[in-house]
Amino acid sequence: MPWIVHNLWLIPGLPLLAAAITALCKQRSRTLSASLAIGAMVLAFGLACVAFLQTLNKPAGSETFREVFNFTWLQFGTASVQLGWVLDPLTAVMAMMVTFVGLLIFIFSVGYMAHDENFTRFFCFLSLFAGAMLGVVIANSLLLLFISWELVGLTSYLLIGFWYHKPSAAAAAKKAFITTRVGDIGLFIGMLWLYGASGTLLFYDGGNGCLETGALAKMVAMTTSVGMAASTAIGLLIFCGAVGKSGQVPLHVWLPDAMEGPTPVSALIHAATMVAAGVFLVARVYPLMSAGGAADVVPATLQVVTWVGAITAVFAACIAVAQNDIKRILAYSTVSQLGYMMMGLGVGGVVVGMFHLITHAFFKALLFLGSGSVIHGCHEEQDIRRMGGLRKYMPVTFATYAVGMLALCGVPLFFSGFWSKDEILHAAHGWPASHGPFYLGAAGALLTAFYMTRQVCYVFLGSYRGSVRGSAAVTSHGAHPAGSHPSLHAGGQVPHESPPVMTWPLVILAFFAVVLGFVGTPAWPWFQSYLGGEKLEFDFAKLTEGGVLFLMLLSALIVFAGIGLGWWLYGRQPAASAEGPDALERIRPDIFGLLRGKFYVDELYEATVIYFNAWWAGVCDFFDRWVWGGAVRAVSYLALGLSWLDRALDEYVVNLGFDQVCLGLRRDGGWMSLVQNGQVQRYLSIIGLALTVLVLLLIWGIKPS
Amino acid sequence: MLALTIYLTFLGVLVLTLLPRTAVNAARCVALSTAVAGFAVSLGVAAFYNADASAVAMINVPWIKSLGIHYHLEFDGISMTLVLLNGLAAVTGILFSWNIQNRTKEFFAFFLALIGGVYGVFLSFDAFLLFVFYEIAIIPKYFLIAIWGSTRKEYGAMKLVLYSFVGSAMVLVGLIAAYVVAHAQTGVYTFDLNALARVKFPISFQMWAFPLVFVGFGILAGLWPFHTWAPTGHVAAPTAASMLLAGVVMKLGAYGCLRVAMTLFPLGLSRWASPHLGFGSWQDVFAVLAVTGIVYGALVALVQRDFKFVIGYSSVSHMGFVLLGLMTLSLTGLTGAVLQMFSHGIIAGLLFAVVGRMVYDRTHTRDFANLEGMGLSQAIPFAAVTFVIAGVASMGLPGFSGFVAELQVLIGAWSSYPTLTLLCGIGILVGIAYTLRAIQKAFFADTTVAANVSPPLNELAAHSHSHPHALEPISLPERIAAMILIATTLVIGLYPRLLLDFIVPALGSPLFDGLRKGGLQ
Repeated sequence: MPWIVHNLWLIPGLPLLAAAITALCKQRSRTLSASLAIGAMVLAFGLACVAFLQTLNKPAGSETFREVFNFTWLQFGTASVQLGWVLDPLTAVMAMMVTFVGLLIFIFSVGYMAHDENFTRFFCFLSLFAGAMLGVVIANSLLLLFISWELVGLTSYLLIGFWYHKPSAAAAAKKAFITTRVGDIGLFIGMLWLYGASGTLLFYDGGNGCLETGALAKMVAMTTSVGMAASTAIGLLIFCGAVGKSGQVPLHVWLPDAMEGPTPVSALIHAATMVAAGVFLVARVYPLMSAGGAADVVPATLQVVTWVGAITAVFAACIAVAQNDIKRILAYSTVSQLGYMMMGLGVGGVVVGMFHLITHAFFKALLFLGSGSVIHGCHEEQDIRRMGGLRKYMPVTFATYAVGMLALCGVPLFFSGFWSKDEILHAAHGWPASHGPFYLGAAGALLTAFYMTRQVCYVFLGSYRGSVRGSAAVTSHGAHPAGSHPSLHAGGQVPHESPPVMTWPLVILAFFAVVLGFVGTPAWPWFQSYLGGEKLEFDFAKLTEGGVLFLMLLSALIVFAGIGLGWWLYGRQPAASAEGPDALERIRPDIFGLLRGKFYVDELYEATVIYFNAWWAGVCDFFDRWVWGGAVRAVSYLALGLSWLDRALDEYVVNLGFDQVCLGLRRDGGWMSLVQNGQVQRYLSIIGLALTVLVLLLIWGIKPS
Repeated sequence: MLALTIYLTFLGVLVLTLLPRTAVNAARCVALSTAVAGFAVSLGVAAFYNADASAVAMINVPWIKSLGIHYHLEFDGISMTLVLLNGLAAVTGILFSWNIQNRTKEFFAFFLALIGGVYGVFLSFDAFLLFVFYEIAIIPKYFLIAIWGSTRKEYGAMKLVLYSFVGSAMVLVGLIAAYVVAHAQTGVYTFDLNALARVKFPISFQMWAFPLVFVGFGILAGLWPFHTWAPTGHVAAPTAASMLLAGVVMKLGAYGCLRVAMTLFPLGLSRWASPHLGFGSWQDVFAVLAVTGIVYGALVALVQRDFKFVIGYSSVSHMGFVLLGLMTLSLTGLTGAVLQMFSHGIIAGLLFAVVGRMVYDRTHTRDFANLEGMGLSQAIPFAAVTFVIAGVASMGLPGFSGFVAELQVLIGAWSSYPTLTLLCGIGILVGIAYTLRAIQKAFFADTTVAANVSPPLNELAAHSHSHPHALEPISLPERIAAMILIATTLVIGLYPRLLLDFIVPALGSPLFDGLRKGGLQ
């Protein structure tokens, strides 16, 4: 076994160690904590590269394509639970992405959080988060994956609630944690079931793992009480976890709220890692998800994955159109793109979904960090209506942001988003089950191009609208991060470009947002063949085969239509003031209101699930206080009543009788004592009297005879 | 050797009663050294205990010869686990009671008497002796709550004692019945658990004796709907006593269920001839009650306004996992149940310590409405961090002992009761909700600061320094005790084999033969 396989745990281990050391340090050791975190990430990235090199040129099916290291964690009787890690292209590519993007985000944070009180704590949490995420990536056991997964959830809770003095941040953290846990319960139950059905939680174990043919065949053959194959049911339960973590409909509500965290956190959580964990999970258990399918039959699990993804893609893109918070737009965009990835997994398999995941991680991290730079430069302003014209003030940010935006829209040929999105649309087009996802995906692409154009027009074009807000600073909507600058809310300041420690990560990310696309073009599908362990060929002809070119043209058309529409509405005449209505709002205020209200999903949950839960908890509390408590009290009152009764009985029946007897005795005694008074004469006279009576009686008795 | 734990502890009680009333520090030191000695003995035995050998007999002499009652101490892996838990609870409980000023030596005497009784229960292998120790443990509980408690302490103490005695009465009836029936079958009068477990009691007898004894012990384990003593008792008790109540006394009940009810009357768990009300057996009934307890306890905890009530109800919820694990009748589930006893003892102890000692003793309020304005995360950050860790452990997050235990219980439950397992999922979810709610309300909801969000954090910090609530800092004994408990739950969570190597072989011993034939694989 190569050294790296044996020691793969070091990749998550190093950031965890950094977090542990930082946690034990004093709050003041800023440099130490930042350098520890970044150093650990650099080392982890180095190890990930070594792991990556190890997986190069390994054809699928060969011994070394996928190497595992397993060990027993729990042992009860004959049963045991094992943990382990796996090195295959999927692990390697994810580990590379997470460590590299994470590293850039860490560096960016040094600048962004420079003025924060709790700088040390922030880096501690960041490292913890990165370690947990890398644990998800290398896990070869659903249990180890779940453990890391939960740790990711916990650290995201800590990071989103980092500025816990803001009630909105505290609420968002709680919401994120609980909403994702709803999905996790499904995952947990799926895990229990998987263990029950296959007897192991290891993914790969030399033929005995739960994702290998033996166990899969067994699970496909098992049917449940509802007539579904066990593999399908387990797959769907595991997918619940992915839905929660990746913010898919209907559990997407936490993700936009989670924007309350510091911006690097948003980048880390919403772009590169945490939300991708759900997609990664589906990719990891893909053999289970696709079990039971045939050439033309799409298994139910994948159908669900595809539809959920496709619906999410459009749903979230619609909402993004009407948001005004720069980070919220990106958050909904992320939800939408994650829907794309899910759809890609469903229609095209691991390589298609993963390619979009990787490219998206780079350009979305770029956009988030870019938005962080904008917010930083505009003195913690997040409302795009109060920005404008930043192109002049922040040239580097603008240039990189534009690259990110073009990549996200999928502008043809030179941007990575185009290639990865096109793969998904192509696969959706050829999906045997339905054409619906293809149309939804196309609609999503149009909307994406539209809202990104809207955002860029608002933020970077026109003239700066922040300085005219004047008194608006005081009345503004209350949700500003209690952030870094003492000069917060000093309205009217000119925006400034961010320091190099923040702009350099942007430049690097922008570079990758462009070039990454070229590793997965139809002509040279290096990424796809690497992940799938297939032979790589360079073939330009592939570009024109099988409708590829037609779809490319179509998607290009859609993108340009979206951008054009956005430009026509927002770019031609940039909004002059921050208070005016949105261009779309002027045309259709009703639809715009619905979208701005996010389809009122939050309100719906508030009125149903949360209300019901509170009501039910109240009922149980009432039950405990009054029914069980009442029963106890009733029993005690009963006992008290009985004792009162007993006492009455004692007092009035038993005692009274006794007392009467005693009283009678005493009275009689009293009378008797009158007789027995010690005077001898009286005694004699009584005796005499008695004798006389006796004699008289005797005489009386004799006379009749 | 392990019997020393009992003797040492009662020796400590004796020494304490002989101390002069004014020797407060001496009383503390005697109590602490007694507890440490007991824990050290159990650790030492655990280190050299060969887990493959099942029960280790220590002493077995006739006590009341005419009745066949023996003074019989023995231990196996299950006892070992719980003895370790008791030792930890004793040490940390005393550390958390370091500030007791009122009748210090009596407090520690009662405390140690309770600990000694609990050691006795875990080590007795004679049903009568076990029962005697079980009763010994009840008395000090009453005084601890009634004298040193708070919030309706007499009511809480009385309720607890009455519940305990009702349970004891049921257990006693069941034990005497078993004693008589066993004599009729074998011709020998004995209370020996090993001997009684070998007796083939008629199934009709087991069918009523099992629920009687199980409920009798189950009352103390917080079996729904006989749980209502637990929250009021926990709330009324002083910190160390709540730690013991949740930490070990509830375990006494669960231990009795496993050690006595289930081993003596395993056929009581077999299926009835015809189902009643949809239940096919007592196993079904108690499994449903256990899950009801899990969900119900969590829901009630969600709406409490008193910080300590939240933890009190969470104990009911978590003990539901123990009972559910017992009712799975699978090796995995039973192992999980025992591990959960240990884990809950540690985690609940820690939670009660934070609420009772770190927060209540300083703020003199447990009402969330009052705590919210205090900015406790700034005033006593150690308490906040400890509570977050304990809360996270209590939610069953991986890495802490609760996760491993609940995972095993649920793996065990999955094969027998998939639907109930789903309901447990809801319980876990609500568990997260109430824990987060408690964390935020008690520590991180500084309403005075939240009102004006905008000032940057350094101003906030300055603001909090001038906070009116200048609370006494967390003392060294508290820190040490909290560290011990956190380390324990982490170590067991990451390397559960330390305890599993005790528990699993013990469940394979002849004592559980009947249970094994009745369904335990």
